[in-house]
Amino acid sequence: MGFHILFLIMLVPIIGALLLLFVPANNSKAPRLIAATAASVALVLSLVAFFNYNTQTGGMQFVEGYSWVPSYGINFTLGVDGLSMPLVLLTSIIIFSGVFVTWKLENRAKEFFFYMLVIASGVFGVFMSGNLLLLFLFMEMAVIPKFILINIWGSKNKEYAAMKYTLYLLAGSSLALVGIMAIYAYAGSVSGVYTLDIAKLAAIKYDASFQKFGFFILMLGLGVMVPMFPFHRWTPDGHSAAPTAISMMLAGVIMKLGGYALIRVGINFFPEGAVFWGPVIALLATINAVYVAFVAMAQKDLKFVVANSSVSHMGYVLFGIASFNAASISGAAAQMFAHGIMAALFFALVGLIYEKSHTRIISDFGGLAHQMPRVAAAFMLTTLASLGLPGMFNFIAEFSVFIGSIQVYPVLAVISIFAIVITAIYVLRVMQQVFFGPRNAKWDHLEDAKGVEMIPIVLLGGILIVLGILPGSIINMISSGIVPIAQKFISLSIGGLF
Amino acid sequence: MAENALLITLLPLLSFIVIGFITKKAKMVSAMVALASIGASAILSIIVFIKTLGDKTPKEFSIEWLNIPSLGSLKGLHIEMGILIDPLSSLMLVIVTFVATLVVLYSLGYMKGDESFSRYFAYLSLFTFSMLILVVANNYFQMFVGWELVGLCSYLLIGFWFHKPSAGDASKKAFITNRWADFGFMTGIILLFVKFGTFNFGELAKLISGSHGAAFLTLIAALILVGPVGKSAQFPLHVWLPDAMEGPTPVSALMHAATMVAAGVYLIARGFILFESVPAVLAAMAYIGGFTAIFAASIALVQDDIKKILAFSTLSQLGYMVMAMGVGNITAGMFHLTTHAFFKALLFLGAGSVIHAVHSQNIFEMGDIKSKMPITTWTFVIGALALAGIFPLAGFWSKDEILSAALSSGHVGLYVIGILVAFMTAFYMFRLIFVTFFGKKRSNHHAHESGWVMTLPLIILAILAIFVGLTNSPWFYNTFGQSFGTFIFFEEAEVPHVNMAVAGLSTIVALGGIFTAWLIYIKKAVNTEALAKKYNGVYNLLYNKFYIDNFYLWAFDNVMMAVGKIFDLIDHKVIDGVFDGFARLLGITGKKARVTNTGNLQGYALVMFAAVVIIVIVMSTPLLGGVLK
Repeated sequence: MGFHILFLIMLVPIIGALLLLFVPANNSKAPRLIAATAASVALVLSLVAFFNYNTQTGGMQFVEGYSWVPSYGINFTLGVDGLSMPLVLLTSIIIFSGVFVTWKLENRAKEFFFYMLVIASGVFGVFMSGNLLLLFLFMEMAVIPKFILINIWGSKNKEYAAMKYTLYLLAGSSLALVGIMAIYAYAGSVSGVYTLDIAKLAAIKYDASFQKFGFFILMLGLGVMVPMFPFHRWTPDGHSAAPTAISMMLAGVIMKLGGYALIRVGINFFPEGAVFWGPVIALLATINAVYVAFVAMAQKDLKFVVANSSVSHMGYVLFGIASFNAASISGAAAQMFAHGIMAALFFALVGLIYEKSHTRIISDFGGLAHQMPRVAAAFMLTTLASLGLPGMFNFIAEFSVFIGSIQVYPVLAVISIFAIVITAIYVLRVMQQVFFGPRNAKWDHLEDAKGVEMIPIVLLGGILIVLGILPGSIINMISSGIVPIAQKFISLSIGGLF
Repeated sequence: MAENALLITLLPLLSFIVIGFITKKAKMVSAMVALASIGASAILSIIVFIKTLGDKTPKEFSIEWLNIPSLGSLKGLHIEMGILIDPLSSLMLVIVTFVATLVVLYSLGYMKGDESFSRYFAYLSLFTFSMLILVVANNYFQMFVGWELVGLCSYLLIGFWFHKPSAGDASKKAFITNRWADFGFMTGIILLFVKFGTFNFGELAKLISGSHGAAFLTLIAALILVGPVGKSAQFPLHVWLPDAMEGPTPVSALMHAATMVAAGVYLIARGFILFESVPAVLAAMAYIGGFTAIFAASIALVQDDIKKILAFSTLSQLGYMVMAMGVGNITAGMFHLTTHAFFKALLFLGAGSVIHAVHSQNIFEMGDIKSKMPITTWTFVIGALALAGIFPLAGFWSKDEILSAALSSGHVGLYVIGILVAFMTAFYMFRLIFVTFFGKKRSNHHAHESGWVMTLPLIILAILAIFVGLTNSPWFYNTFGQSFGTFIFFEEAEVPHVNMAVAGLSTIVALGGIFTAWLIYIKKAVNTEALAKKYNGVYNLLYNKFYIDNFYLWAFDNVMMAVGKIFDLIDHKVIDGVFDGFARLLGITGKKARVTNTGNLQGYALVMFAAVVIIVIVMSTPLLGGVLK
C-alpha cells in the first residue's frame, strides 16, 4: 500500500486530540464533532486496511519503520498480521461507538474527548507495534489517562476505583517492563545483537530456564491486565465507576491488551516456558470463567454484573491461549474481538439506561421493555451473545476455544464449558428483572433509544450477528496470524486427548 | 431437490426479516407474509417428500463455513453447513412445515387484537426456520445451531406476553433447563469432533462403526443423550415443558407437536448409529423414556388445568418415543412422533379454542362446551381417541408398534409400563373430555364456536389424526406397497406386522380407561373429592408434580445463589482485603518514612554523621582483627 495506512490510523486520534486543545472552553459542539470526525476517519482507514489485508499471504503487512534510538535497537516499526488486524478494527469500532455514546456529555467534553483519543492512539499503537519497547510505551499511553477519566467523569466510589485500577495496572506493567528488559539483555547476550524488534526476538532460541522465568514474569504482569484471577478485582470497580464510553473502551479494548501481548510476546517468545506454566494459567482461567460467573450472579448493580461477566468471558481468552493450539488460540483471539464488541454494546446499553433513570440497581427496574422496546431488543441480543448462542460471533469464538482446549486440558475444559450454564442464568435473570414484567409507571418518562443513540447499538449488534453468520473470513485471517505461533508448539507434543 | 430444501428452510427466515424490518406496523400484512412463506415451504416439503420416496440415495450438499487448520496431533476446527435430504429429514420437513402452517392460520384468529401481533408472527417464522435448519442438517454442528435457535425461539414465545411475571419465569426456566442439556450435548459433539475430526453424519457413521463399544464412545453417546433429555423434556429435565404453556396456546401446539420437543427425538433418530453402538446408553435411554412416560402420566391424572394435562401427556408420549428408540426401534419412535404431531397439535389447538371462548384454563370451570362449540368438541374427541390409541385412529398404530417393540426386545418391564401408561392416558384424556365438554355448565361462561380460521385447522388435523396411522397398516402396504419404514429409510417396504395380542390388550386397556373416566365423571360412581381427601398424600404428591420443581427451585436458591454470594464475599473480603491491605501497607510505610524527612538540617547532619561512624567501624573491623575475618 502506497500510503502509510497504519501510521495514519494511529495518528488520526492524536491529531484530533491536538485539535481539541484549540477549541475554546465554551464551545460545546466542536469537541464532539472533532472526536466524531477523528473516530470516523480512523474507522474508515481501519476498514480499508482490514479489507486489503491479504489473508492468503498472511504475515506482517503494511509494514513501515523509522529509526528511533538505533543504539538500543528501539525502532518505530508498525505492522499488522492476522492476529492484530481484527483488533485494530475492533479498536476503531469501539472508539467510534464510544464517541456517539458520549454525544450528550456537557461536563468538560473537550477534555474528555482529548483523553479518549489519546487512549485510542495508544491502543492502536499496541496492536500495530513491531517493537517491544514501543509496544510497552503505547500500553502505558492507553492505560494511564483512564485514571483521570474515571476520577473526573466517573460515578459511585470513583476515587477508590480509579486508584485501584491504576495501582493494579501499574504493578502489572512494571512487571512486564522487567520482563522486557530481561528479554532485551538475555537475547542480546545470546545473539550478540541487542534489539527490541519483536520479529527478531521471536526467532531467538531461549534456554529452558530463562523461558520459564521470562514467561512467568510476563504471565503475572500481563495477567493483571487481562485480568487473570486473583488479579481481577480492579475490573468490576473500574468498569462500574467509569463513564460509559470509558467502560466500553476498558472492556472493549484495554482488557484485550494483556491477552494480545501474551500471545504476541509470551507464548511466541517462550513456547517451552509457556508449556511449563500452561496448566497454571488454565487453572486460573477456569476459575475466571466459572468462579467469576458465580460472582456475577450475586450482583445487584447492573454494571457490576456486566463487569464481572467480562472477567468471566476473558477467562476463555486465557484458557484458549494456555492450550497452545491453532484452534484454541484462534478462538481466544476471536473471543477478544467478539467480547470487545459485545461488552461495548452491553455498557452502551447500561449507560443509556443509567443516564435516563439515574439508577443501576437491578431491583429498581422491571417492565422496561414497555417504555424502551429498542433498548430491550438490543439488550436481548447482547444477552444472547453473552451466553454464547449460535448465530452470534461469540459462540464461534468460544466453540473453537473449547475444541482446542479440551484436547489439552480435558477436565478443566469441561468445567469451564459449564460456565455457559451459569452465564445463561445470570444474564437471563437480569433480562427478566430489568425488562420484563408489568409496566411500571415510575419509568414512563424514560425515552427509548433514538437518533444518535442508535448508531452504536446498530453497529455493534450488527457486527455480532453478521460475523456470527459468516465467521469464515475473519477466522481465516485470525488463524493465519496464529498458525505460525502455534507451530512452535508442535514439537513440544502437548495434549492429545484420544 | 436440495435447492428446494434450501428454499424451504430460507422462506420462513425471509418472512422473519420482512416482518421484523418492513411490515411490522401492518399487522395483517405481517400475518399474511408468515402464512404465505410457511405455507409455500409446506407445499415444497410435500414435493420433496414425494420425490425422495422415489429415490434410492440421499441428496447431500454442503459448503465450508469455517476452517482452522490442524497442527501436529491437535485438531483444528472444520465446520461445514449443509443439507441432507433423505426420507427421515423430508418426513420431518413435512411435519414441521405442515403443522406450522396450520398453527399460523389458526393464530390469525387466536391472536386477533393482540398488540404485538406482528412480533408474534415474526417469532413463529423464526421458530420454523430454526427447526428446519436442524432438520435438514447434515452434521452435528449445524444441528446444534438449529437446536439452540429453537431453544431461543421457544424462550421468546413462551415469554411472549412478557408483562406477565409467570411468562417471564417460565421462559427463563425453559431456557436454563435446556442450557443444562446443551452443556452435555455440546461437550458431546466437541469430543466427537476431537475424536473423529468431522461433524458430518455420513462420515461419522462409517468411523463409528469401526470402534464399537469403546469407552470413549460410551461417554460421547451419554453426553449427547443429555441433549434430547432436555429438549424432549425427559426426566429429570422435564420441568420446563409444563410451564411452557405460559406462551400463547398455538405456540404450545407448535412446540409440543412439531418443533422443539420433536427435535430431541429427531436427534436420536439422526444419530442412531452412535447410540446403537453403545448398548448401555441405549438401555438407559429406554428406561429414561419408560420412566418419563409413566411418571408424567401419573401427574396428568390429577391436574385441573386443561393445558397442563395436555403438557404432561406430551411428556408421557415423548417418553414412549424415547423408549421406542431405546429398545432399538427408530421406526416405531418416528412413527409415534408423526402421529403424535398431528393429534397433539389438534388437542392443543382445540384447547386453545376452548380457552379463547371461556377465558379460563381450569376444566372444572367449564362443562357443557359441546352444545356451544360442536366442531371444537368433536375434533377434540377425535384427537383424544387417537391419543388413547383406539382402533383405527393414528395413535393405535404407533403405540402398538412401540409396545410390540418393547415386548420383542425382551424388556418386559417396559412393556408393562407401556400398558399401564396406555390405561392412564385414556383415563386422563377422557376425564378432561367429560369434565370440559360434557356434563353441566359449571361456570358462567359464554362459550361460542370459533371462526373458520380456527376451526379449519382443527378439521384438517382431525382428519389426519384419523388416517395418518394407516400408513403403517397392512392395508396401506397392500394398496400402495409402502409402509412407514420407507418414510424414514431407503429400503424395501416391510409388511407391517400387527401383533394381535399386544394390540388387543392395549385396546382393552384403553377402553377400560375411558370407561373408568365415564364411571367417575359422568356416572359419578365415585366421589372424587372424598377420594382425593382419603389419599391426601398421594394426591398432593401427584398434584405438585412430585415436588421436583420445588426441589430445583430450592436447590437454585440455596445452592447456586449461595455459592454466588460466598464467592462474591471472597472477592470483597479476601482478595480485596489482601490487595487493599498491601496498598495500605505501602501507604503507611510511606507515611512513617516521611517522618524522617523533617527538613531539619541538624537532624540530617546527625544521621549522616552516625552513618559515617558506623561505616568506618564496619570497614575497619578486619584491620582490628574483629569478627569479620
